[in-house]
Amino acid sequence: MAETMYPITLTVNGEKKDAQVEARTLLVHFLRENLSLTGTHIGCDTTSCGACTIILDGRPVKSCTVFAVQANGRSLRTVEGLEQDSKLHAIQDGFHQEHGLQCGFCTPGMMMTAVALLERNAAPTELEIRQAISGNLCRCTGYVNIVKSVQHASAALRAAKTAAPAAAGRA
Amino acid sequence: MIPPKFEYQPARDLAHAFQLLAQGGGEAKILAGGQSLIPLMRFRLASPRALIDLNRVEGLAYIKENGDLRIGAMTREYELETNATVKARYAILTKTAAVIADPLVRNLATVGGNLAHADPANDHPATMLALRASVVAKSAKGERVIPIDELFVDTFQTSLRPDEILTEIRIPRPAPKSGGTYLKLERKVGDFAIAGVAAYLTLDDRGAVKSAGIGLTNVGSTALRAKRAEAALVGTMADEKAITAAAAAAAAESQPTADLRGPADYKRDVVRVLTSRAIRRALARAKGAS
Repeated sequence: MAETMYPITLTVNGEKKDAQVEARTLLVHFLRENLSLTGTHIGCDTTSCGACTIILDGRPVKSCTVFAVQANGRSLRTVEGLEQDSKLHAIQDGFHQEHGLQCGFCTPGMMMTAVALLERNAAPTELEIRQAISGNLCRCTGYVNIVKSVQHASAALRAAKTAAPAAAGRA
Repeated sequence: MIPPKFEYQPARDLAHAFQLLAQGGGEAKILAGGQSLIPLMRFRLASPRALIDLNRVEGLAYIKENGDLRIGAMTREYELETNATVKARYAILTKTAAVIADPLVRNLATVGGNLAHADPANDHPATMLALRASVVAKSAKGERVIPIDELFVDTFQTSLRPDEILTEIRIPRPAPKSGGTYLKLERKVGDFAIAGVAAYLTLDDRGAVKSAGIGLTNVGSTALRAKRAEAALVGTMADEKAITAAAAAAAAESQPTADLRGPADYKRDVVRVLTSRAIRRALARAKGAS
């Protein structure tokens, strides 16, 4: 029996994508296999680790626990969308500066959770950061440098925000 | 792991969902947040022929207080966790939502799904038992209100009929001098409870316990109401003796089984300790603590 294919249209990192998917295709498989966006990792495959975290309509979710067909008409962001015009996102720079990774496997998911957090809460406390990333497991770092990386990004984003109007005023 | 094949059926509205349920002939499942169902399908512990997706149906996600509290079944856990009215007047619900799975799961997981899934390890059932909540079940024929004590039949089994959909949860208006909390012992964030205890107390004018609700998580084939523990509190001043008796009763009423989270005796003792702590916290809240 031929598998029924479902047409979907969704926005990934600002680009509109049309595709045909099987109902059972998980969003993470769709991203990795259909769109070749392999930055989103598959860690545990049991909804435990958060390596597959993406941002779906503004909220970070585990893309291994959503069917691709459910994303029809919706907008999502993956780690590939963080860098803009060859410039690292503040969270990527934060992980670089503060050594927020060792093996790097959890990093894409960790960064997507952090980006969503900073969009809701520009200046989170350490506790708020730790709670926000509590669904993202890291087996290398002990989380200390990950928290520092998020704090680094938070400070950088806030500094950019206060500097931007002043710079515009001088121009 | 790739889930088994199924037919995807996005419902346009509830009437459409009822029609799809009827067509499914008992082999279709409702897809709410999917945070329990999709993992079960990946493990092939569930292989429904069709999934009826409620995520496109409007008007099923809301939190309204109008006398009682009404929560739409598709309300996400993060919405419950961050709702200001709930936090101010139904703190036990905030406490419960905040320990369900992890923040990523709570962005999709729904309150209705947590109940309709009827997993004894889920956290809302115990809290809803403590609060003496009820749920609204709708079908093409109409609706009925099911008291929470009649909802959970067995593990993964509710008293919902095959043509019904759980659409709303109703929490009675808090009486003056009421308060409660939910305590959960878990190995790590995101794990199911080793045991969990919800306690909700209402005091009378002289500070004696007028009514008590105590619900237990993951120590039986369904979430359990600790009836003897409740009886041990009602009419007392919830003094040391009464709390000790209630905690011992809850431990005796629990029916844990041994698994990776520990032996049965250990879990029973966890119930005793958590019940004692939850009652103390509920008592402080009923007396005005935040």
